[in-house]
Amino acid sequence: MKVWKTGVILAVAVAALSAGEFKPAVVFDMGGKFDKSFNEGVYNGVERFKKETGINYKSFEITNPTQREQAIKKMAKRGANPVLGIGFAQGPAIDKIAGKFPNTQFGIIDMVVNKPNVQSIVFKEHEGSFLVGMLAAMASKTHKVGFIGGMDIPLIRKFKCGYEQGVKYADPKAEVIQNMTGSTPSAWNDPSKGGELAKGQFDRGVDVVFAAAGGTGIGVYQAAKDAGKLAIGVDSNQNYLQPGTMLTSMVKRVDIAAYNLFKSAKNGSFKPGIQALGLKENGVDWALDKYNKDLITEDMKKAVEQAKADIISGKIKVHDYMSDNSCKY
Amino acid sequence: MSKTSSTIPKWADVLLIPIINLFMALAVSAMIIYLVGENPIEALKLMIEGAFGSSEGVGYTLYYATNFIFTGLAVAMAFHAMLFNIGGEGQAYIGGLGVAVILLALDQYLPFWILLPLALIGAMLFGAAWAAVPAYLQAYRGSHIVITTIMFNFIAANLMVYLLVNVFILPGSMTPESRVFEEIAWMPSIQSIFATLGIEISDSPLNLSFIIALIVSLIVWIYIWHTRWGYEMRSVGFSEKAATYAGINTKRVIMITMLISGALAGLAGVNEIMGVQHKLMLDFVAGYGFTGIAVALMGRNHPVGIIMASILFGALFQGGAELSFDMPTISKEMVFVIQGLIILFSGALAYMSRPWVEKIFIIFSKNTKKGA
Repeated sequence: MKVWKTGVILAVAVAALSAGEFKPAVVFDMGGKFDKSFNEGVYNGVERFKKETGINYKSFEITNPTQREQAIKKMAKRGANPVLGIGFAQGPAIDKIAGKFPNTQFGIIDMVVNKPNVQSIVFKEHEGSFLVGMLAAMASKTHKVGFIGGMDIPLIRKFKCGYEQGVKYADPKAEVIQNMTGSTPSAWNDPSKGGELAKGQFDRGVDVVFAAAGGTGIGVYQAAKDAGKLAIGVDSNQNYLQPGTMLTSMVKRVDIAAYNLFKSAKNGSFKPGIQALGLKENGVDWALDKYNKDLITEDMKKAVEQAKADIISGKIKVHDYMSDNSCKY
Repeated sequence: MSKTSSTIPKWADVLLIPIINLFMALAVSAMIIYLVGENPIEALKLMIEGAFGSSEGVGYTLYYATNFIFTGLAVAMAFHAMLFNIGGEGQAYIGGLGVAVILLALDQYLPFWILLPLALIGAMLFGAAWAAVPAYLQAYRGSHIVITTIMFNFIAANLMVYLLVNVFILPGSMTPESRVFEEIAWMPSIQSIFATLGIEISDSPLNLSFIIALIVSLIVWIYIWHTRWGYEMRSVGFSEKAATYAGINTKRVIMITMLISGALAGLAGVNEIMGVQHKLMLDFVAGYGFTGIAVALMGRNHPVGIIMASILFGALFQGGAELSFDMPTISKEMVFVIQGLIILFSGALAYMSRPWVEKIFIIFSKNTKKGA
């Protein structure tokens, strides 16, 4: 009896000790944790970790560029481990601080930092885009589908290139009409221009449009609803935004990435190096829920799931734009 | 403005009233912190410790202060000619562009002691150029400087985005940033300066620009109160008509004053670009230009006051960051609220406490007269 009691006390004490020692931290970038996009995805992931494990995490929202390094360093100094940085802008800061704190584990999302104690998490957006491209081609009656990008940067060309390949895979005759919203960061948040671009594409015969353009997409989805056409969402599952005209969404699970990083560090299975999250790792996917189930026929679902399995097994190779900065496939 | 009332002594005007305002702001902040469920005393302690408790904290405080001294001096300079320059934000942004253009072009060829003056000149020229159009429109066309300088902030932001995305961006990079300057072109950090003297202090973004800011403050003080141009400027500020009557070319004074104001704001770019970031990037000004307005108001447009107010605001920025670091319920928005309250009380409501301070002094002086 006594032994049993001590055993329980010991177990509780060990649990409490290990829970007390594990101090994860996350540094959100400018925009803050409620930006309805990237940072918020991470926030959801770490909140889920907190809810499931009961372990609180430290967080900081930076308000000027100098604070990136300051916040990451402070987290490391206070013994936080692992420290997760969000977005490519934090790359240089993580690189510098990771060198100074070799025993702390760091994570960075959407950027590669080559340090022995840093896990770099990047996404295979081209694979997810391939699947929604297939769906777009199969849903299109005019054999013309559209793509609206945000800012014209390599990352968005990666989305576009994957999408195009998916479209051609499902319907070799289909035509992809594409527009970029602009060349400045405001292109991420220009719904009215997004709507205008979508209308222009509809006039040219497009009946399904994929928007990889952040907040600009809201205008695209609205325009699709108004015109009775279909639209495809991006990053998070946006099917609920315009039920009935949202064909699907290409989801990029930054929340899972953040959750997994904390979890693996807790289990002691933290691995430095590059984690490229694709279909296989559930890092990207297409979204099917109650809002779009009437738009996706059994045949479409079957074809997409087959393609997904083929990409995972390597039977279908989706070309990554960023591997050679071109879209030849 | 430098309205000195005869009813209260000067020390009360420049020192007591700002301190009273500061305490009123802190009292309201304490109430808010209490309402969100934290201990206000504890919060204040964290802020002060964060800002002054370590060499790193002091470094960050003075680093922020460097920016505020430059932008505060810019606002104060214009204010002495009764011009309200709200364009410090854009002028500092473009000043940073000036620094980056010089350093990107020449950092492979020249030693630091030649690069430094060139970078300073670049910052001042670009900042002044950004103030030149609003100044011209004010002096010769009568367009109000408040409106035009605000609009030029937006033009600056768009211009910088265009340049960074299309001109300065590294090929194949996703981040709109220029390349990092050669190390020779970096402004020496205070840490490295101390290290050569054998004193070890912890790493912070504080750099030589702080010393430059102090020197510039001295030059500004001399200019405003001990030169003919400063006299002309203040005359225009007190009464443009009287100045014209006295034979001062007011249009020229407005032009010169605004050019100097823009040049001063542009120098904030030296601290950020040459001293801290070591590359041209987006949004490095982060509101320092606007904070300069509050700094100038609180510092009564005097360089000494501006330096003190800058250190106070630097402490608020650094201490505020520490506060939200240690008290998770105090989000960055809460810190903004506290900063905003201090700006409100020491800027917009600067004269609120004045009437009753005057009354107290009147009663006080009557009593002493009776006693005598």
